[in-house]
Amino acid sequence: MIQTSNLSYTYPGGASLAFPDVNVVQGTVLLLSGPSGCGKSTWLALVASLVAPTSGSLTVAGQKLNALKSVAADAWRARAIGFLPQRLHLSAALSVYQNLALTQWAAGQPEDAPRIHAALQALGVQALAQRRPGQLSGGQAQRVALARAVLLQPQVMLADEPTASLDDAAAADAVGLLLTTAQAQSATLVIATHDARVAQLIAPGARSQIVLQPAYSLCEPL
Amino acid sequence: MKTLAFAWRYLWSRPLGAALNVLLLSLGLASITFLLLLGHQLNRAFERDLAGVDVVVGAKGSPMQLILSGVLHIDVPPGNVPLQAVQALAKHPLVASVIPISLGDNVQGFRIVGTSIDYVSLYDATLAQGRLWDAPMQVVLGATAAAKLGVSKGVSIGGQLVGIHGLGTGGHAHGDSSYTVVGVLAPSGSVLDRLVLTDTASVWHVHKDAGKPGHDEQDASANKHDADHDAERDAKREVTMALVRYKTPLAAISFPRYVNTSTDMQAAAPAVEVTRLLHMLGLGTDVLRAFAGVLLLTAGLSVFIALWSAVRERRGDLALLRMLGAPPRKIAALLLCEALWLGLLAAGLGLLLGQGFAAALGWFLRLDSTLLIGGMVWPPSLAVVPALALGVSLGAALLPALGAYRVSVLALLQGR
Repeated sequence: MIQTSNLSYTYPGGASLAFPDVNVVQGTVLLLSGPSGCGKSTWLALVASLVAPTSGSLTVAGQKLNALKSVAADAWRARAIGFLPQRLHLSAALSVYQNLALTQWAAGQPEDAPRIHAALQALGVQALAQRRPGQLSGGQAQRVALARAVLLQPQVMLADEPTASLDDAAAADAVGLLLTTAQAQSATLVIATHDARVAQLIAPGARSQIVLQPAYSLCEPL
Repeated sequence: MKTLAFAWRYLWSRPLGAALNVLLLSLGLASITFLLLLGHQLNRAFERDLAGVDVVVGAKGSPMQLILSGVLHIDVPPGNVPLQAVQALAKHPLVASVIPISLGDNVQGFRIVGTSIDYVSLYDATLAQGRLWDAPMQVVLGATAAAKLGVSKGVSIGGQLVGIHGLGTGGHAHGDSSYTVVGVLAPSGSVLDRLVLTDTASVWHVHKDAGKPGHDEQDASANKHDADHDAERDAKREVTMALVRYKTPLAAISFPRYVNTSTDMQAAAPAVEVTRLLHMLGLGTDVLRAFAGVLLLTAGLSVFIALWSAVRERRGDLALLRMLGAPPRKIAALLLCEALWLGLLAAGLGLLLGQGFAAALGWFLRLDSTLLIGGMVWPPSLAVVPALALGVSLGAALLPALGAYRVSVLALLQGR
């Protein structure tokens, strides 16, 4: 599902990162860990085709991303990638339902109310459909954001620091929810985190892991 | 459509800021609307009411006052002129026609104009009801005057009207000399709509021969003594002014000079006086136009600041939309649609406010009853108002939209 080979990225300022080769099969979990500044976000951006690699090859969900043009990359990302950001970025101007409708708009799809309600139902937050994000608890908001991430049934789900500033119980709930949701979608799940608890919450046999180092060069699979 | 719907929701997620921006933009647009309406209505009124009048001859004084009082009926006349002098004008070889105008009374603010049937023909007015007058003390009402007098006084064909002395309300009533309504004109869009027309002799009757209706006609040729008496009386009779039409445009060169130098009257050319009036008004409208420009510029800056702030506040949300597959142009379009809504709302409100200002000015200066200035006129030139609104709002949104277009998803991922 995700295959990289000799992948590297050079920032506009000149600093560069080289990433380890990975080969993640469909339906599995990849834990991308390492301290802040080691390149986790850049790796996510590469996999989501938001930036183009400087060198190496990158294939995600059967699509070779190196040569993908911007417009095609946007369309591909809408189809293939689900994203759960660290800050959930639910629009305060819109209701929960409208936030999901906005996702369909962003992907260039017509509003599909049954699908939105089904996504909210699957995450147990359908009753909150007409509420504004400001009226939700942290856990409810994360479920809504997850419903948004899986709304378009992506093949790859990217979660950026999903347990940041959560206590142990909440972190366990969040990871459990992610795993369950990804499994239900048969999606490949990539969790980028510097939280060591996440690795403990996922059975070793159910995941692969890469640890990125802050030296912009050393990548060491575990 | 969804882009517009989402933009609408984003816009009103900051209701106070959005409302203030709409209001600020509207005030600038309302000023422009007001100026356009003023120019349009004045031009239209001048074109409409001055058509067919080459020169106005009346008492010496301000020539502009003569035009304003005798043609547009928005000022008091400078005085009266002898009837015989006006009759002499009609015999001048360069003159095609002379229409006498006699002013002095009103009915509820609607001027009673003593004149000839030619005055009705001058504006191609037609009758809606009844007939034209064929004797003194019969009146024909203009359409607007008829509608208002009909409602307030129950006046209809065959009804009676009593004039009030003077051209404004508050004068004494000519209670013993009532007019009979014999006709109502169809709306012509001219000054006639707001007038009460009667024969010139009616005005003489009310002011000089009160209590002796029909005296002129009944006894005119009774005997030589009476004939002498009539000749003496005619020599003393006056009208307020005369609307003169030339036989040839060349008369414009010599006829006014003839009147001004060879008679005790003055000739005022409507074209000259209107140009002078518009020039004087132009100084005021230039100031207003500059003020409106400053308002629009301020509004544009305000819209820019609001949208720029919105982009900064929502940078994460916008980046997430990129992450969800929205192309940059779609994100920029969302911002532009917010500006579009601001422009459309401001255009609507600005047009209504401008119409309100014009109506208020017309009412305040009592110009609405002369059809000179009022509200709810929609000349094609007003199309410039929405165009300006969209230009300012979309122009102000360009940089913020560019910011939205370039929003960095990597920054979102890196938590910046």
